[in-house]
Amino acid sequence: MSDTSWGGATQAPSSDAETPAFWLPRAQLQRLLDLLTARGYRVLGPVVRDAALHFDTVTAVTDLAVGWRDEQSPGHYRLEHTDAPQVFGIVHGPGGIKRHVFTPREPLLQITMLHAEPDGPAPGFRAEARLPEPERVALLGVRACDLAGLAMQDRIFLHDRFPDPHYAARRAGLLLIAVGCTRAVSTCFCVSMGTGPAPTGGYDIAMTEMEDGFFARAYSDAGRDLLAALCLARVGVASRDRERDAFAACAESMTRALPHDSLRELLYDNLTHPRFDEVAARCLSCANCTLVCPTCFCHDVRDEPSLDGNASLRVREWDSCFNPEHAQVHGLNFRPHVRERYRQWLVHKLASWVDQFGASGCVGCGRCISWCPVGIDLTEEVAAIAATPGAKS
Amino acid sequence: MTARAVKSAPIAMLPEPAVIVAKRSFGPEIRSYRLRLLDPTARPRFDFLPGNFNMVYAPGVGEVAISISSDPEDEDLEHTIRIVGRTTRVIERLEAGDVLGLRGPYGQGWPLLDARFKDLLVITGGLGCAPVTGAIDYVFRRRASYGHVTILHGVKKAADLVFQSRFEAWRREPDTTVLLTADQPDRAWRDRSGVVTELFDDIEIDAGRTVVLMCGPQVMMHYAIRHLRGCGVPPERIFLSIERNMKCAVGLCGHCQLGPAFVCKDGPIFSLAKIGRFFGERGL
Repeated sequence: MSDTSWGGATQAPSSDAETPAFWLPRAQLQRLLDLLTARGYRVLGPVVRDAALHFDTVTAVTDLAVGWRDEQSPGHYRLEHTDAPQVFGIVHGPGGIKRHVFTPREPLLQITMLHAEPDGPAPGFRAEARLPEPERVALLGVRACDLAGLAMQDRIFLHDRFPDPHYAARRAGLLLIAVGCTRAVSTCFCVSMGTGPAPTGGYDIAMTEMEDGFFARAYSDAGRDLLAALCLARVGVASRDRERDAFAACAESMTRALPHDSLRELLYDNLTHPRFDEVAARCLSCANCTLVCPTCFCHDVRDEPSLDGNASLRVREWDSCFNPEHAQVHGLNFRPHVRERYRQWLVHKLASWVDQFGASGCVGCGRCISWCPVGIDLTEEVAAIAATPGAKS
Repeated sequence: MTARAVKSAPIAMLPEPAVIVAKRSFGPEIRSYRLRLLDPTARPRFDFLPGNFNMVYAPGVGEVAISISSDPEDEDLEHTIRIVGRTTRVIERLEAGDVLGLRGPYGQGWPLLDARFKDLLVITGGLGCAPVTGAIDYVFRRRASYGHVTILHGVKKAADLVFQSRFEAWRREPDTTVLLTADQPDRAWRDRSGVVTELFDDIEIDAGRTVVLMCGPQVMMHYAIRHLRGCGVPPERIFLSIERNMKCAVGLCGHCQLGPAFVCKDGPIFSLAKIGRFFGERGL
């Protein structure tokens, strides 16, 4: 691996022949957590909080969402506790891993006002970058859709002319332990986006949860070191068929999809489609869809001056194209109506994103469908436009 | 994946302190500031072409994206600002000797190198002519490299003609046509009346050798484009300056998008060939 690669975007996973699978009995998962802690990682794993799944600090397997399952459908997210031993039974929650790399609020600069000498020239100010403290973070239980989202955010924040140092600093400390999905919720459509249900790259270790334990494969030196330290048994080829069948069944169970071919042209050609008026009548412009999206990157940048006026902190905070101020410039708003904001979101995500970053901005996680308070489903909106292309409002 | 794979990124977002060396007022809303970097060794990093912009920082308040209106060879950097928002109202209160921050330059400028030895047609409207005035001065300082220059400028009222002395000076340049028009002329107005696109009746456009620079209200540019296309000017030689909300200026914050373009880094100057599909549609 060259020193300039960024995980999934450039590193293809090795073939099965080169990546032996190991068996981690469920009863030994704590050993992995202890090993990560001993190696200096803060471990963030899926935990249940406020009736939803979040990535939070874990030290014991009992901190994890053991036995929980999720049920998701448009505008609907419910968790249910069962006696099942599964650790990774919940597909995902609203938070995902984005907030641990592209944080909802990030200090950028510290501005210090310099005081003038009497009758001297104005001395101005001093600006210093504020970078996050380096930290090793192991993300445990990352889904394939979120890995694809992270790879896309890498492209946005790291691969352009001005790589973002704050994102880079947080990204540098990440160890990614993926979990392949053997179960989908009704809003999932990662198969259609080519991102899941099995992780395809960009991780250190990939695990698959079976009835009594986990298959584990390493795809990086750090991952290989960790698995070697656990001294696990190799998995035979025959039992790996069970894993393949589980992924296939999961893929088979997904009913939603987005079309691939010509989706970009379809949306560009239908900017005045009446469906945008129709969806605008339902959309609350609440920005939930952008907050739960693993790829949305819009943010505000502003100064927070101290009360005494001697200093100012430049911060960035997540913003959304659904916020009325997003397209506002000195009293003129380029997208004054919800119709235009929904169109910006959908056409950006599925069409102009491809021009900007070489791939769709949608990874098929379905969060925007589950977390929309009125259950707007982008696959349904696209299908409605595709059914009557060329219609004008 | 792992720490090894990530290289550290440079800090590109630090504002550079610059002192106001001169301030001029044009009407109630327009202020022009000549700025000198406190650290003169930083000046080469600010080399620019007309149409590029800086993020101008009012310390402790915020930043605004403002095009650079001085000549690239001047040591000082000039920014002409319309006083319309929270940050610009603070900047308005600053005087010579006060300090602003600058970071930049950003964006794609006017195609002034490609436009050499061609005719130039500059179409501007309202107070939005500031981004192109630097380009016009640039051309007249290098007059021999350009063909006939035509400047069409429209304002609503006579009082909106804030750069009057500049237009008068340009009028005196050789091989140059300057036509001004007011939508609501008063008695003292001696130029044309009507909207700027009506001035097309009074000029001849050699479609084969004309490069068009446009800046102003979207509706003005819309009608101007229709006329220019009718005259046979190809979209590759029609350039427009696009205005959008900007917070970062480096293509990350997402606010300035117009279709696939980040106006901050792909623009703010676009050829019609590049942006045309997304320019005309309201609310994009």
